[in-house]
Amino acid sequence: MPKITYIEHDGTAHTIDAEEGLSVMEGAVNNGVPGIDADCGGACACATCHVYVDAAWEHLTGEKNESEAAMISFANGVEPNSRLSCQIKVTPELDGLVVRMPAGQH
Amino acid sequence: MSGAGILIAGAGHAGGAAAAALRQFGYKGPITLIGEEPILPYQRPPLSKAWLKGEATAESLALRPARFYAQQSIETRLSTTIAAIDRATHQVRLADGTAIHYEKLILALGARPRRLPLPGFELQGVLELRTAADADRLKAAIGPGTRVAIIGGGYIGLEAAASARALGADAFVLEREPRLLARVASEPLSAFFHTAHTAHGVQIHLATQVTGLAGQGKVQAVQLADGTELPCDAALVGVGAIPNDEIAAACGLECSHGVVVDEQSRTTDPDIFAIGDLTNRPLPLYNRRIRLESVPNALEQARQAAAAITGRPAPSPEVPWFWSDQYDIKLQIAGLPFDVATLVIRGNPQAGTFAVFHLDAQSRVQCVESVNTPAEFMAGRQLIQKRKPVDATALADLNTNMKDLAA
Repeated sequence: MPKITYIEHDGTAHTIDAEEGLSVMEGAVNNGVPGIDADCGGACACATCHVYVDAAWEHLTGEKNESEAAMISFANGVEPNSRLSCQIKVTPELDGLVVRMPAGQH
Repeated sequence: MSGAGILIAGAGHAGGAAAAALRQFGYKGPITLIGEEPILPYQRPPLSKAWLKGEATAESLALRPARFYAQQSIETRLSTTIAAIDRATHQVRLADGTAIHYEKLILALGARPRRLPLPGFELQGVLELRTAADADRLKAAIGPGTRVAIIGGGYIGLEAAASARALGADAFVLEREPRLLARVASEPLSAFFHTAHTAHGVQIHLATQVTGLAGQGKVQAVQLADGTELPCDAALVGVGAIPNDEIAAACGLECSHGVVVDEQSRTTDPDIFAIGDLTNRPLPLYNRRIRLESVPNALEQARQAAAAITGRPAPSPEVPWFWSDQYDIKLQIAGLPFDVATLVIRGNPQAGTFAVFHLDAQSRVQCVESVNTPAEFMAGRQLIQKRKPVDATALADLNTNMKDLAA
């Protein structure tokens, strides 16, 4: 299973084995990684699974769709590499992916 | 007797989230999660949508995988019903007579569908939608060519109608009020959904009084006050929910249309918290108390209780919000329409992309209903939080950037 590393705002890193086919958000929630709230459960309705994708991985995590782009532009601390992790599917190519989390999701 | 530590009564969205939040906030003691249903906490919103349409699995519905509870040392006791709370001895008594001790108790007992005291509602084929088991019964009853009567034109009924149409079933909605979503949506939004459902072949009967259901053993028709009988193969009743607060009231906790809690989700007993659909909660932004039935509310209160129990600072109050998916319509609502003086429509309802902003007398946004316009939803949520007056003309003008308005 692809390994994903989630780095909390305070620098604490969590590396987990993520199931292919699930989302990067689900990888965090299913493994008890703090810092990704995902209130809507992946419906792209809440913007509480905001992460920053490390530069090396941006080209492999796909493009934001219109809805995700609109939602995330209003998130706190938005950056060009901001994504909603419920919209990134875990694929074999993402083995080693590193994402960082904002200070808070609310 | 077992237990001590934290006992969570109710394993729905609120209870499951509270268990996870306690561990996330560093609580190291025992956590026991008791649920009446035979399955671990799961997402209810997809039951009327993806689950009905066969696009979700039991796994994808689960809030967390089974291994999460083992890894986090959260003891789960499913198919277990709570009978009473003894506050003096800090014990909960289960339906089978067993007692469990608690240091802190979190009540997350939810709400149950309201039932109509009318003839024929005990017939086979009369369904409600709250649990996965309910959804399975509904799923089995609808398919190509079946005719589903939907009693109640609220969100549950309309989402089920959309799913029924997607499955090739005929659906008709019977609503007592003169418009759909009468208690929960603005008139422009009601009108929009009316048009959308009609366009998808759902028949809508407004201002219609159902007097009973008829059938031989199984429901075969809905009877209306004017004498009409509308044939059907199944009937889904979605006419609101009632909080499961009887056990809380019986042990002397203050209840008033739900268990009364404070900003930390604490009840009138300092060792008992209550969260989710069950509670009558304060809404500081609106200077009111209300019972909310929504996932974001359950999660916010789960975090409040977990923060209070672990001695963390209280999370700042959130703007209540809701969502619904029907056909290709993505509805997101932020805030509640209290003290509304003006409605401002931004966008084009005919084109299916618009938002209804509710402003108070000081021109502050109280609520936004957004249809396929996530930016308006997000900006509206921020404007509600900020309590900043907005210019209604600029708000209605699509050339005004929502980011600038919310800044």
